[in-house]
Amino acid sequence: MAEKKKPAGTTFRMDVQQLDRLIRLLQEKGYETHGPVARDGVIMYDRIAGTGDLPSGYVDEQDRGRYRLLKTDSDALFGFVVGLHAWKKYLFPPELKLWQAERNGHGFVSNGDVPTPRNLALIGVRSCELHAIAIQDRIFTGGDYIDPFYAAQRKKLFLVAVNCSAPGKNCFCASMGTGPQATSGFDVCLTEIVEDAGHYFVVQAGSRKGQKMLEDLQLPEAAESEQKAAIACLENAVRKFRKVLDTEGLQRKIYERFEHPHWEEVAKRCLACGNCTMVCPTCFCTTVEDVTDLSGNVAQRIRKWDSCFNLEHSYIHGGSVRESTASRYRQWLTHKFATWVDQFGTMGCVGCGRCITWCPVGIDVTQEIKKLTKEQERVKTVTPVEES
Amino acid sequence: MGSEMKTQTATRTADARNPMVPLEFEVGRVSRETHDTFTLFLNPVNGLERFTFQPGQFNMIYIYGVGEVPISISGNPHKPEVLVHTTRAVGTVTRAMQQLKRGDRVGIRGPFGAAWPVDVAEGRDVVFVAGGIGLAPLRPAIYHVLANRNRFGRIVLLYGARTPEDILYRKELEKWRARFDLEVHVTVDRATLDWRGNVGVVTKLIPKAPFDPYHCVSFICGPEIMMRFTVIELTKRGVPEDQVYISMERNMKCGIGLCGHCQYGPKFICKDGPVFRYDVIRDWFKVREL
Amino acid sequence: MDSLDRILAEHPFFAGMKPEMLAFIAGCASNVRFEAGEYIFREGEPAEKFYVIRYGHVALEMHRPEKGPIIIETISSGEVLGWSWLVSPFVWHFDARAIDNTRAIAIDGQCLRQKCEEDHDLGYEIYKRIAMLMESRLQSTRLQLMDVYGQ
Repeated sequence: MAEKKKPAGTTFRMDVQQLDRLIRLLQEKGYETHGPVARDGVIMYDRIAGTGDLPSGYVDEQDRGRYRLLKTDSDALFGFVVGLHAWKKYLFPPELKLWQAERNGHGFVSNGDVPTPRNLALIGVRSCELHAIAIQDRIFTGGDYIDPFYAAQRKKLFLVAVNCSAPGKNCFCASMGTGPQATSGFDVCLTEIVEDAGHYFVVQAGSRKGQKMLEDLQLPEAAESEQKAAIACLENAVRKFRKVLDTEGLQRKIYERFEHPHWEEVAKRCLACGNCTMVCPTCFCTTVEDVTDLSGNVAQRIRKWDSCFNLEHSYIHGGSVRESTASRYRQWLTHKFATWVDQFGTMGCVGCGRCITWCPVGIDVTQEIKKLTKEQERVKTVTPVEES
Repeated sequence: MGSEMKTQTATRTADARNPMVPLEFEVGRVSRETHDTFTLFLNPVNGLERFTFQPGQFNMIYIYGVGEVPISISGNPHKPEVLVHTTRAVGTVTRAMQQLKRGDRVGIRGPFGAAWPVDVAEGRDVVFVAGGIGLAPLRPAIYHVLANRNRFGRIVLLYGARTPEDILYRKELEKWRARFDLEVHVTVDRATLDWRGNVGVVTKLIPKAPFDPYHCVSFICGPEIMMRFTVIELTKRGVPEDQVYISMERNMKCGIGLCGHCQYGPKFICKDGPVFRYDVIRDWFKVREL
Repeated sequence: MDSLDRILAEHPFFAGMKPEMLAFIAGCASNVRFEAGEYIFREGEPAEKFYVIRYGHVALEMHRPEKGPIIIETISSGEVLGWSWLVSPFVWHFDARAIDNTRAIAIDGQCLRQKCEEDHDLGYEIYKRIAMLMESRLQSTRLQLMDVYGQ
């Protein structure tokens, strides 16, 4: 007899074997399954076959310019926060061939077919990362011109979110309104509970696709005690934040401080290495490279990730507009926390803390903002006028 | 009878399916303007008959195997059968462009960007101030205004070049100067003795130019420093800052607001600009290394 | 024919000056005209006169060894030609040539200098205007120097 369909919003209970079944079910339905793996001393995102590939027992210690991965006796599959990679590499690849042209006579013929996207199931997406995807959705599919690869790939994603049980030392998603609880943008959301009584997941669907997947698994409903455990886990997580950023009036404060002396102070430490932009889940600058093969008969245009910290980023007429490190750091920070709001309606930062972890000199963007916005140091006003 | 010209941002003749793929155009001819400046006359091919654009817009021009650069369109918007681009040979791509011959093919993506708001200028005096190569992006607007002459008040063109040999579109300037319904004043930064015209910065031409500062629109194009000082002179004469438009330039890799390179404060030069009303970006204009 | 102080009163350089001062200056002044191509003065010559241009165009030239002369600036009606008559060593630093038929008021430099010494109020008015002229000329020169249309 067929199980009666559960109403949307139902909370289910899933054990580890059922999670493994979910992953394999996704594969049966044609999805490539990707998730966190422990490799080379970091958590990174790669292809996984099942729960056996997940970093069971691993915890991470993150601090300014510091990342350590440690194996513990715990059974938790998601006991860490954000790793090295952001999920953006799937929708917005580090390198993408835009088109190819073949020379014929005086001219050339372009083949601009978009590379075929794959059905991708991303397992273990944190709330901050869901917000980052939504932010990039706005950039790549929300304007007058869209990125066709991003748009096509975005339609073929299945997102399995996971709620964080404890923030990392560099995490400040709560300050940015992007976590720690995943509230939307996922197909399925898991909250992992590891207690003496057992190791299980409290699961909810966030879309029809997700609801169907959970129904196919024929999961039991979560008991009230289990639902309470999930809620407690999230409330506990919120209390543990050590990093806080006051975003009240932040855009305006930054606009008033474009010529503030603090930019020179940061520049004394910043190497302009661009690590922050590489690990940031929302940074989207690219450059293009036009290449030909040795015969010169085939030309390609490749799009690659770029960074505003590169000197060439602002090159015109024989020189770079942003010559100094101070101006480049200012570009990055003011874009992320101020001008992004005017461009896309939200701030560009989701509080994941990766830039703090992976900065070789340990610059903490929340600290820099605090130093910048100390009241008595205000300089000039830069207020954009709305065109009527 | 005048021509209708709506001013709107980016008209989408770029391939909407994949806006990073260029459209082929054929080189009709290449004419040398000055020692380092040249003009390409491009013909549409592959079934395309014309390339419509708004004055002030630009294209991304691709040279096979070399690369792509943003160049303003400098032709007549009322004659869209030929696509005209004037540019300086300053880098790898533009130097390759200078070597093009009749029959060669180039790739075009565009037109992109916000246009000179010529309809805002209707009923008013129009003051064009150009510096150096800046005359090229202004020329389509000049063509439009002259094609609809009775819709505008007095028209003034002030142009500054480095030396007399660097004057762009010289024959055309002389023709315009001969008209009775247009004032053309040209100056150079320095000259040899056979030059009988003005020598001095273009801003010097502003105090005496015949226009009503309280009832005009000014379009300025040239190096940033030149535009900065031109705005100062215009405002000294009483022109309000919201009647002044400038054209900005920054590094571009896509032209469609996605590569992030052309950002200017909160604005993307490729889609919010390159033409800006001065009061909208006034405070950003003063920020160094923006 | 207009009296000299009325002509001076209409010239932008003297705008706002009291009529008594203008009459004073007019006492040192005379009408002059130059034909097209005529040199008004040459570099190195004593700067004896202060020229206030009424009609026409004047080219300021400098001579570069091996390269020949270049025009560094042109001035025209409503402008003034030079201040070397006021500043020691009272010598011209460039050539001035009339490009077309030019009419000007020539004011005796030594006479005006003397009057400024005797009447400091007049001196102040003259120096105020010369200072503004120098500032404007310096700004323009700097812009030309920056070679903004160059590579």
